[in-house]
Amino acid sequence: MPTIETKEGPLWRKRTTLKQWLIWGGWLIGLCIAVYAWQLISEKTIWMFVWDAPRQMSDIGERMVPPDWSYMPKLWRPVWDTLNIATIGTAIAMCLAVPIAFLAAHNTTPHKSVRAVMLFIIVATRSVNSLIWALLLVVIVGPGVLAGTIAIGIRSIGGCAKLIYESIEEIDPKQVEAIKATGGSRAQQMVYGILPQVLPTIAGVGVFRWDINVRGSTILGIVGAGGIGIQLSASINVLAWTQVTTILIVILGTVFVSEYISAKVRGAII
Amino acid sequence: MLRLENLSKRYKTGDLALNNVTLEIPDGQLVALIGPSGAGKSTLIRCVNRLVDATTGTIHLGDREITGLSNKELRRARRRMGMIFQEYALVERLTLMENVLSGRLGYVNFWQSLFRKYPKENVREAYRLLDRVDLMHMVDKRADELSGGQRQRVGICRALIQDPELLLVDEPTASLDPKTSRQIMRLIRELCEERKLAAIINIHDVALAQMFSERVVGLKLGEIVYDGAPEGLTPEVLTEIYGEEDWEKTIEKVDDEDDMPNDGEMA
Repeated sequence: MPTIETKEGPLWRKRTTLKQWLIWGGWLIGLCIAVYAWQLISEKTIWMFVWDAPRQMSDIGERMVPPDWSYMPKLWRPVWDTLNIATIGTAIAMCLAVPIAFLAAHNTTPHKSVRAVMLFIIVATRSVNSLIWALLLVVIVGPGVLAGTIAIGIRSIGGCAKLIYESIEEIDPKQVEAIKATGGSRAQQMVYGILPQVLPTIAGVGVFRWDINVRGSTILGIVGAGGIGIQLSASINVLAWTQVTTILIVILGTVFVSEYISAKVRGAII
Repeated sequence: MLRLENLSKRYKTGDLALNNVTLEIPDGQLVALIGPSGAGKSTLIRCVNRLVDATTGTIHLGDREITGLSNKELRRARRRMGMIFQEYALVERLTLMENVLSGRLGYVNFWQSLFRKYPKENVREAYRLLDRVDLMHMVDKRADELSGGQRQRVGICRALIQDPELLLVDEPTASLDPKTSRQIMRLIRELCEERKLAAIINIHDVALAQMFSERVVGLKLGEIVYDGAPEGLTPEVLTEIYGEEDWEKTIEKVDDEDDMPNDGEMA
């Protein structure tokens, strides 16, 4: 932050001239890379298909309407399965995520090595997509709702535990100090000093994750892990586009409702 | 009786917060600990209940040596030392009752505290204390709904329900307005008299210290530079503790029953 002396008094600029030019240079290099990348993509694209896209889209669009409402009765059960996968999966994930978070946060972990193991669990469960977990679990426990539930559960542990342990690390330490000063044990310090401070986060994370999982579980059926995705992939396979429309509308409705519920619940907690 | 002998504390950063402090506080005495920021006041009282571990020296409360207690014995010793904090340090999302009862955590087991199954006489005592500080009507309110003065009164209840023999009070009025400060200090003094409690009160406000304590200890750079009656705080003594400043106005009015903000309020 240089101050430049001039005849009319000191002049202040945020950056030196050199720094400013470097920043502009950086933008220029970025632009060149973008143009080059665009060219590469353009060379590898079969443009005939792209020019054809609007016609194909209107073609599918035409075949997708009107939605086949007679298919509805067959969808209630899969929707119910989908919601169960999301709900039970989230519940399992939260039961595991809370203790993992306490073991991972640097102010509550019993030892650095425990923290390292927990952070590894968090990263490992987070890095693999739930569809891939489901793919593996369908092989292990067989196709169906169970595979989907476990897949959603495992996938959610990392995300939930990460948010919770970060909030544990950000608590107000004075409240814990006060509990410590009364002669409270470590367990009591957690229950009185820490838990009340992170409880809103835990609840919020749970509801938020459930909301994500409702969306996530609609697709699991594509690999045979239960839920409405099974119907979706079956209808696409037989090119029953009007049924596909119905299913998409149902998924939209489900997600809409779940989002409404989670917004309401979060509003009530915080 | 609380006895500190040759107490020193050096933090990991290399700062010497306490330098060979020796201090004796008889039962039932109210001591104000004054001194500039960074003089080691907070460190001193935190060494007593070992929220901070002293580097060298010993602390005795009664016959018991606090320094060198095992974890379990330390928890037992902490029960007899109530602590009151500058920013109240209440558990914000718990109710007043829960906050007061948390003072009993050293006495009840984990499951009792988890399910809030405190012995009947604890609950009765909590009601009595909340009534004593005029917060009976707010028992089930959450701590974060209270004003500063109300919070500090809850903090006092939490310390007293421990049934302490000693109060450690860290800047109880630093976040409060002048009138509330006086009320809180008066409350602490009255309660100490009622229960024959000894107390160490860290305080920045020299006028308040003079008004409400029987003895003033001045700390400077981790060493005791004054130990005596409140009346003995002459401009020379204050200069010794804090450095050069016009002190005449600060000590002009040593008038207890005055509830009005004092002209000489320390900045």
